[in-house]
Amino acid sequence: MGVRKTETVVAPALTSGAARLQEAIRSSAGDVVKGIAGSGVAVVAVGGATQSDVGDPIVPPSTGVLEVHAPAGIVAHDVADMTVTVGAGTPCVEVGALLAAASQECVLDARSPEATVGGLLASGLSGFRRLRYGPLRDSVLEVRFVTGDGRLVQGGGPTVKNVSGYDLPRLLVGSLGTLGVIVQVTLRCRPVAESADWFASAAHPTDLRAALFAPSALLWDGLRTHVLLEGHPVDIAEQASSAGLSASGRAPVWPSGPHRGRASVPPGSLADLAERLDAINDCTWLAEVGVGTTHVACVSEAALAEARSAAHACGGWLLREAGAPGLPGFGGVLPGIAVMRRIKDAFDPAGILAPGRLPL
Amino acid sequence: MRAYCAYVGILRSIADESLLADLRAALGREGASAHPLELELHARDAGVSNGRAGAVCWPRSGAEVAAAVRVACAHGRSFVPRGSGTGLAGGAVPVGEPLVIVTTRLNRVLDVDARARIAWVEPGVLNLDLSRSVAHLGLHYAPDPSSQQACTIGGNIATNAGGPHCLAQGVTATHVLAVQAVLPDGSVAMLGGPAPDSPGYDLRGCFVGSEGTMGIATRIAVRLTPNPPCIATLLLDFISVEDAAAAVSGIIAAGVVPAALEMMDAEITRAVEDFVGAGYPRDAAAVLLVELDGLPAGVAAQCDLVRQVGRSNGAREVRVAADEAERALLWKGRKSAFGAIARIAPDYYLHDAVVPRTRLVDVLRSIYAIAAEQELTMMNVFHAGDGNLHPLIVFDRRHHGVWERVREAGDAILDACIAAGGVLSGEHGIGLEKRDRMPLLFSPDDLDAQARLRDAFDPNGVANPAKVLPAGSRCGEMGSAPDGTWV
Repeated sequence: MGVRKTETVVAPALTSGAARLQEAIRSSAGDVVKGIAGSGVAVVAVGGATQSDVGDPIVPPSTGVLEVHAPAGIVAHDVADMTVTVGAGTPCVEVGALLAAASQECVLDARSPEATVGGLLASGLSGFRRLRYGPLRDSVLEVRFVTGDGRLVQGGGPTVKNVSGYDLPRLLVGSLGTLGVIVQVTLRCRPVAESADWFASAAHPTDLRAALFAPSALLWDGLRTHVLLEGHPVDIAEQASSAGLSASGRAPVWPSGPHRGRASVPPGSLADLAERLDAINDCTWLAEVGVGTTHVACVSEAALAEARSAAHACGGWLLREAGAPGLPGFGGVLPGIAVMRRIKDAFDPAGILAPGRLPL
Repeated sequence: MRAYCAYVGILRSIADESLLADLRAALGREGASAHPLELELHARDAGVSNGRAGAVCWPRSGAEVAAAVRVACAHGRSFVPRGSGTGLAGGAVPVGEPLVIVTTRLNRVLDVDARARIAWVEPGVLNLDLSRSVAHLGLHYAPDPSSQQACTIGGNIATNAGGPHCLAQGVTATHVLAVQAVLPDGSVAMLGGPAPDSPGYDLRGCFVGSEGTMGIATRIAVRLTPNPPCIATLLLDFISVEDAAAAVSGIIAAGVVPAALEMMDAEITRAVEDFVGAGYPRDAAAVLLVELDGLPAGVAAQCDLVRQVGRSNGAREVRVAADEAERALLWKGRKSAFGAIARIAPDYYLHDAVVPRTRLVDVLRSIYAIAAEQELTMMNVFHAGDGNLHPLIVFDRRHHGVWERVREAGDAILDACIAAGGVLSGEHGIGLEKRDRMPLLFSPDDLDAQARLRDAFDPNGVANPAKVLPAGSRCGEMGSAPDGTWV
């Protein structure tokens, strides 16, 4: 994507010891950022590099770009309190495996096995079970990050309930690395459901949603709605039967193609969006019913541009996730841009963090 | 000196008259007042601090809210938003003679979309009224603070309010999709929206819980929650607080996420029983009120688990509410806790702190010891499921020296909670009450970062300026609470 790497810095590899990890968090990323202050070199935090093309491309300064990898490793898993604290560079699958051993999970549902916790947070990409468990930001309790002027900041707190001060964790989620390098995260966990099953139905998705109580996911591709039910097996069977669902045994196929985007429209406008997307050639989509997120994949850049127009017509917008280099990342002026610019200037006065990633 | 003060006094009252005149021009004659009685009525919230208002106004629309903010700015005055004034942390207490902007006249539910389960409301709508207005659709608004009969949605947003049912459902931030706000410069912005993600930074997420320091919400899109098909409400009684706390841990460890998990100690249980007669056991050392909801098989299985865990931790009795009437009575007991103590003593100080669930027993022991040391009557009711404590100190402020002891006890309680890995507030917010204790939790760099975020919304420092962050959190920040803003 045009990022000229001058150097890659990796925080010290940690083989053991939460204390060493914490020390690395304290010293490494902060020192790195402070060390280049004033040099004009840009800083881009890199996780699993699975969302690098999301939004607008980095605009590298002539002085070059420093890629920083946050420390990886489990700092603490408090089983009884149902929280887990990890280095931001930890792959989500590793966190999942640790929690699964205690019959817990954190609802991350990252799409790629390489995705890291910090990267997932920075990209703000909520999982497909958002309908039931809420967006990604609802799972984040505390973040530690290094600002553009090299300060290590902690926002939020370690407890599952907390309204002490301003909500920096929510600010960081979806900020695409433009406000800070996330180095440590504390997440809220939940018990793994007793049973989980996938079903499919040709019924209208809105009717299905009204007929079911708390489905974990309702994914609609225009022809069928794929339903994930989690909970007590007897309840699942009863719900499936009374809503006329057929067991499918598998998740739906995700739309794929060279030009991809994520539309976000009010959930009540999904039917309208679906009709418009169906009218576009070579465009496949999967909509999260009850949420409003629609995953779009197109064969041509022009088709993705049309999909964006469709999203706008439905009172939403479309984020470019991959391909379509001629298409702006966001396709419009950010709402509240004056406040956003002030936030950006406050956390990154010299503008060295992921320059260009957001159209500010 | 006297002449100088008189001179300043005259200038002040000319300025106030001019402010009042401009407010009335924008909001109508009945829309603003500087009458000493109104100023007095709006000088405090439901907590323990007193302030001093410069003027009070009651806008009837978003446009009037914006006009009021612009008038305040034009006169170089700060402003503080106020809903029902039920806050306990001093968030609505006027410091520095600001304009108090009361939102209670914006009290309409504007639109309810039952299919999408979204409602647009004005900030002055009362929390419980919102749920009542959608009850016929099989929906409710999930955050249910104990003050829900009186508190407003706007106030809930300011504090990111919780309530017993937030254990499974999440706090206010989880249920607010969009906030149309008047920003501190008088401009209007839509933060968030009914669409799932807003491009750029989560300004809506920043605004919820910002305690009136980032502007005033004038239209809010809230998520409505379907009523669960099945609810089981259980009352467990224990002969020791330790047993009850162990049962709490056991329930969570068994993989149950209750809809609500509340604990009340002996004193408050007796007080509630005397007041409401909800059938609580008067001789219990502690009671647990557990609510489970969802689909029938799951609820039945969880009910069995809770019973088992309760018994194996020494529960004397595990009672399951037989019908809706009994359920309502059990909850009436819990929600009347703070009203019940009025029969015991004329004054109270209700604390709010969070500790990790696993530290509940240690911390409870410490705070009972603190109360004993200060010779104070203390009772405890709390959201045990998420470690959110509400120690309640009951006293008569006419007794000589008691207020000092109450304050010392309060400080010691907070210290004990933070030492146990907790935080300063679970629901009530920082406000004025805990502002100067923020350094217990946050480093100077942390507070600076929060100040930077706040300043991005309010560069001129006019929105409820003396709250949340201690003076000096940001370079160049001025002002500390004037003398006299504590009891």
